[in-house]
Parts: sequence; structure tokens; C-alpha cells
Amino acid sequence: MMLAGALITFLGAAFLLLGSIGLLRMPDVYNRMQAGTKTSTLGSILFLIGIAVGFGFKVFIAKILILILFILITNPISSHTLARAAHFFGIELTESTVRDNLKEDEEGDR
Amino acid sequence: MKYFKSWFLLSIFLFIFWLLLAGTDLQELIVGIAVSILISSILVKNISVFDDIKISLKAFICTIVYICIFMVELIKSNFDVAFRVLHPKLPINPGIVKVRTELKSKLGRIILANSITLTPGTLTVEIQEDYYYIHWIDVTAEDIDRSTELIVKKFEKYLEVIFG
Repeated sequence: MMLAGALITFLGAAFLLLGSIGLLRMPDVYNRMQAGTKTSTLGSILFLIGIAVGFGFKVFIAKILILILFILITNPISSHTLARAAHFFGIELTESTVRDNLKEDEEGDR
Repeated sequence: MKYFKSWFLLSIFLFIFWLLLAGTDLQELIVGIAVSILISSILVKNISVFDDIKISLKAFICTIVYICIFMVELIKSNFDVAFRVLHPKLPINPGIVKVRTELKSKLGRIILANSITLTPGTLTVEIQEDYYYIHWIDVTAEDIDRSTELIVKKFEKYLEVIFG
């Protein structure tokens, strides 16, 4: 049981590592945020599930469920807020960007 | 009667939360039920979040299906990030696209925006009226209708049943 839990936790750690490589390799804020949000969400969830499996589904599994729920609610909201703030602060998208409908619409309003 | 559904859902929600935190001792259960009902009776007129949720068997089944689809998409999006990050050429083709949503309820829209953020290659940047602006890491669609179909539809058809 401990081994299975350790493997799941290791998988979570692998996703977190990939996310941080993504932070280094991606060209601009928005792409970095994409890599960061997704991997950190699943990475933390796998960590928590690994703990639950490793210690054999005791009482604290309820608390782990609550933690997973809160991670799922708060993680996307924080990245959405950061991306929105970055866009309105005027941080440019990378050069290979295809199009930017939001900027077009804002300029159309003025 | 107008507030009954809201009151009922809030009580159930608070009680489940209490159950998860406190465990299943008989005395704690009784206190939990009493306090949940008391709190939701006091607060029911000020809370409008639960107004949109429908209570029916179909909505319940759709919730289950939705959670399964969401989990699959979350895992897919992680492998998608892994592929893009480890590929030597860094295959990205990013852009901010505009999509339309049919959902009317606030809670449904929040859940839809969160789901979009956690699915492969998309990140919600801004919401204005009926439109979402989405940063898409690999733009494959030209106009609003096509991108709406690709990004929003797979979640929206279930959320429409749950929230109406």
C-alpha cells in the first residue's frame, strides 16, 4: 500500500517538475501560466491522493477530499485573475501569437 | 416556499461539509444537523448561489458524467503540457480567441470558466457579458462559432442541464 502511494506521489512530483520546466521554456506570461496552472493542479491532487493511498484510507481522507475540492476551485481562479491583470497592465503576447481578439475589441470600443 | 430549495441545498451542503470535517460520532451528527439548519434559516434570504441548481435525476446523472469528463480532460491537459514542454521545437501557436456561451446562471459560468482553464491548452482571460476571451496555446479555429464548438460545447451541454 505504501508503495502504491509512493508511486502516485512520484507521478505528482513528475508533473510538477514538467510544469516548472514549462515555466522556464515558454516564451511569455500567458503560456507560462498555462503550463503552471494545469500541472500544479493535477500535481497537488496526485500528491494528496498518494498520501491517502499510502496510509490506507483512514479518517483523514475526508480532509483530503476537502483539500482537493478547494484546489480545484481556487487554482483556476487565481490564474485567471493573474492573466486578466497581465493583459490589462499591457504585457505583450509573444511574437509567434496568431491573433488577439480581446485587444481588437478593446480598440474597437474606443 | 420560494426559499425552500435554496434552504434545503444550503443545509445539505453545510451538513456534508461538517461531516467531512468532524467525522461520524452520533453527538457530533446531531449538533451538525441542528447548526446547519439554524445557519441556513438565518442566511437563506441573502444567498442566491443555489437558486440556479435544478434538483432532478437527470441533473444528478449529468453532474456525475460532468465530473468524469472533467477529470479525463484534466489528465489530458497535463499530458498535453508535458508533450509541448518536452518537445525540442516547443510546438505552440498561441492567441486570444473569443467564444460565446449560452449559460445564464452565474454559478454555471464560473464553473464553465474554471473548467476551460483546466482543459488542454486553454486559459480564460476575461469575461464580458456573453463572451469569454480565451488564451489558446494552439489556435486551430478561425471564427467564433468554430472555436466555441471546440472549447465550450463539451462542457456546456451538461452544465445547461444542471443549471438551466
